[in-house]
Amino acid sequence: MSQERGQKLARQDFISNQDVRWCPGCGDYSILAQTQKSLPDLGIPRENFVFISGIGCSSRFPYYMNTYGFHTIHGRAPTLASGVKLARPDLSVWVVTGDGDSLSIGGNHFIHVLRRNIDLNIVLFNNRIYGLTKGQYSPTSELGKVTKSTPFGSLDTPFNPPAVALGAQATFVARSIDRYPSHLQKMLGRAHGHKGASFLEVYQNCLIFNDGAFRLLTEKETKGDHVLELENGKPMIFGKEKNKGIRLNGFKPEVVTLDGDYSTDDLLIHNETDKNIADVLTNFTYDSEFPTPIGVLFVAKMSTYEDRLDEQIKTAKEQLGEGNLEALIRGADTWEVE
Amino acid sequence: MSDNTKPIKNVVIRFAGDSGDGMQLMGDRFTATTAMVGNDLGTFPDYPAEIRAPAGSLAGVSAFQIQFSSQDIFTPGDRVDVLVVMNPAALKMHIQDLRPGGTLIANKSNFQKKNLKLAGYETDPLTDDSLNDFMVLDVEITELVTKALEDMKLPLKTVERTKNMFALGLTFWMYGRPMEPTIKWLNMKFKKRPELVEANVRALKAGNHFGDISEVFSSSYTVAPAPLAKGTYRNITGNYALGLGLLTASEKSGLPLFFGGYPITPASEILNQLSLYRNFGIRTFQAEDEIASIGASIGAAFAGSLAVTASSGPGIALKSEAMGLAVITELPLVIINIQRAGPSTGLPTKTEQADLFQALFGRNSESPIPVISAISPSDCYYTAYEACRVALKYMTPIIVLSDAYLASGSEPWLLPNLSDLEKIEVKFTESNGETFKPYLRDEMTLARPWAIPGTPGLEHRIGGLEKEDGSGNVSYDPENHQKMIELREAKVAGITREIDPTELYGEPIGDLLILGWGSTYGSIRTAVKRLQDEGKSVSHAHVRWVNPLPADLGEIVLKYQKILVPELNRGQFLKLIRAEYLVDAKGMNVVRGKPIRSYRIEEVANEMLESGR
Repeated sequence: MSQERGQKLARQDFISNQDVRWCPGCGDYSILAQTQKSLPDLGIPRENFVFISGIGCSSRFPYYMNTYGFHTIHGRAPTLASGVKLARPDLSVWVVTGDGDSLSIGGNHFIHVLRRNIDLNIVLFNNRIYGLTKGQYSPTSELGKVTKSTPFGSLDTPFNPPAVALGAQATFVARSIDRYPSHLQKMLGRAHGHKGASFLEVYQNCLIFNDGAFRLLTEKETKGDHVLELENGKPMIFGKEKNKGIRLNGFKPEVVTLDGDYSTDDLLIHNETDKNIADVLTNFTYDSEFPTPIGVLFVAKMSTYEDRLDEQIKTAKEQLGEGNLEALIRGADTWEVE
Repeated sequence: MSDNTKPIKNVVIRFAGDSGDGMQLMGDRFTATTAMVGNDLGTFPDYPAEIRAPAGSLAGVSAFQIQFSSQDIFTPGDRVDVLVVMNPAALKMHIQDLRPGGTLIANKSNFQKKNLKLAGYETDPLTDDSLNDFMVLDVEITELVTKALEDMKLPLKTVERTKNMFALGLTFWMYGRPMEPTIKWLNMKFKKRPELVEANVRALKAGNHFGDISEVFSSSYTVAPAPLAKGTYRNITGNYALGLGLLTASEKSGLPLFFGGYPITPASEILNQLSLYRNFGIRTFQAEDEIASIGASIGAAFAGSLAVTASSGPGIALKSEAMGLAVITELPLVIINIQRAGPSTGLPTKTEQADLFQALFGRNSESPIPVISAISPSDCYYTAYEACRVALKYMTPIIVLSDAYLASGSEPWLLPNLSDLEKIEVKFTESNGETFKPYLRDEMTLARPWAIPGTPGLEHRIGGLEKEDGSGNVSYDPENHQKMIELREAKVAGITREIDPTELYGEPIGDLLILGWGSTYGSIRTAVKRLQDEGKSVSHAHVRWVNPLPADLGEIVLKYQKILVPELNRGQFLKLIRAEYLVDAKGMNVVRGKPIRSYRIEEVANEMLESGR
């Protein structure tokens, strides 16, 4: 493509000429900035990026990216992204979505795109609320949530997005937070680097309708004790004083204090490729007594849908020869009229 | 073969039996043989939605009808000359279509108490004089094939399965058709099971000899070859022709074909068929639902593929939000609706033309989409091709209307000369260094440029929000919205320039114009031909393009005293014609899940001609 080698793109190259219209202070600004900062490092010509979104606040994202972009319909971004990727596997295709968009109206597409393992990067902005429609509870809102549409409290149990993703056979599951810029950049890079469907959940604060939804993870005084930053091959340590850890007692995880009774040798070592560990970690939800894990929860190597499709096409051409339209139209039984 | 053969012009045969009796296969074989002897023909399979309803039940009856002729014909026929029934249920379901004096061949072996009861007969109709209007030939088919295969020591079930071959052999004798093509075909089909080849060939021959020696038939008939245009022919169904048309458009445009589908009767065959063509590089995608199948197709269109999705009415309803997205993003997309009888799940395997208004108006706001309809099974090929060509030229979604009748009906098809097809020219936009404007339009077609991802310098965003004319930026400006709505409308209206002048069958001025669209073509043409033969002033005009309508149609409808619009719905095209041209057209609206019958059209036309004279 046209990008000359050595002429590296900068953040500025990915900023479109459209004014950003999110509420001042919205967590979306950070995610946009981290994305624009991350893309130049990926070594891909700008014209090969495609950002595809559904409907919701987060889904305005493509308008602000100076790449190819498609703002589609509520919940359907994964379907359009699948079509783009299957038609042009050489493109870097990103899906930008929210908790209502991908887990409520688009739930079906979300699980199917993951199980197919089409090489897309799905970034889910989770703010646990419907923002664009001005404050109704979402499928990730906590039980009993009081919102405009649930004045007496919501009645349904929320989804646990990484658990849904794992259940749908996702091959890459990660989490980050809007207020953790360098971590977020790293996760965007990891999502891109994974060949297959990558699912990145980003906790994002909605200042207007659900402010402080993740307060414990973002405030200086509390975040140390509530965030578990995962590093592959490292013991799971957290805490303001780095004096707490996660230990497995049989199959049961527990929080222990490194105070003499336990040492780092007793702690669970993170292994990104171990699905059992991923299962344990996905249950450390924000509403549980465990710290919230951020980082790569799970990654697996598996062929992609589009590679399998290409392989079928290649094999068919080898075995049957390149398709011959005239012969196909003639078929097996023809007759002549003189 | 009998020496006593009579020439005859035209025959309609219907085979009916249990879903498991092999009626469709029997029909296929009779059709293939009939094509080879050079008759013109039309076929219509009529099968239940249930895959295998209980044996002997009314719900399980499956049928196949063929009309063949020494003349040019347009339909599978409406009044049946020969009805072959394998059990009482098949008789019950189909006897009302046998013409008085017609021949009924019944497998007497299956008319026992149990089966009669299942079909709701209190007494045996073969013996109770209720069939006196017909020439009844009851044959103990099961006993006869058992005898013919006696020494082969085959399981009873295998023996019973050859009944259809016996009946096929008998009908071959009646019309002097050769058995060799079927024998050849059996040898191929059961290559690895020589005992099945032997059993089926014996049954076929037994049926054939039965006709010869039974002396029940006073004579057999010959139907001479039809004077069809010179060339090479094959038999083809509508759905298969659609698939080939799409493939041809892909090849002629040089664009890769992407097909997003989801199984639904009666459109699934298109997905199945195209999925076979991996060696043509076709990308078929069976999505998780109807919405995903059109979503993926729109994505592929954005990325530069010839994108197609197909479904039937209920599935189209699910796709309609995404169709609106294709309208506002102005991407080329072919949406095929194989209409079936509704509403809701309705009669999934039966035919209807009642999704016309859905195609025209079934989306929120002003969302004009061109609509083209196929008029016969083989015309599906050209309709698919034309739809692709226009979608690409005008950068628009387009709807193709076919229906269950065209989908599985078949007729001989004069193979196309690929170089005669109108060219499909596609040019992806490239950067000229200036700021790219994705909504600048071609002056003539009003099409916007197709700028596909991966093209340097054309990075741009599209989506469901209203776009500013030219720049394509999101715009909430009231004047711009008015302008964009009008532009999208004008673009679709401009497609009239692609439509050939309407072909009139008959005089350009007269007493009665019968005006149709889509699959009623054959029935109307048959009726009009007969009316004209009787010296009546009746003409036929048939429309493929429903949106936009042909530019000359407004003039044409004014030239007749009366206008009749037969269609398989409650008057949708009729309302359109009345609204568009302010003419007092009358409807003939039949929704029986079956093709419209030409003799009924004749009757209605005659009533109209006689009234008000």
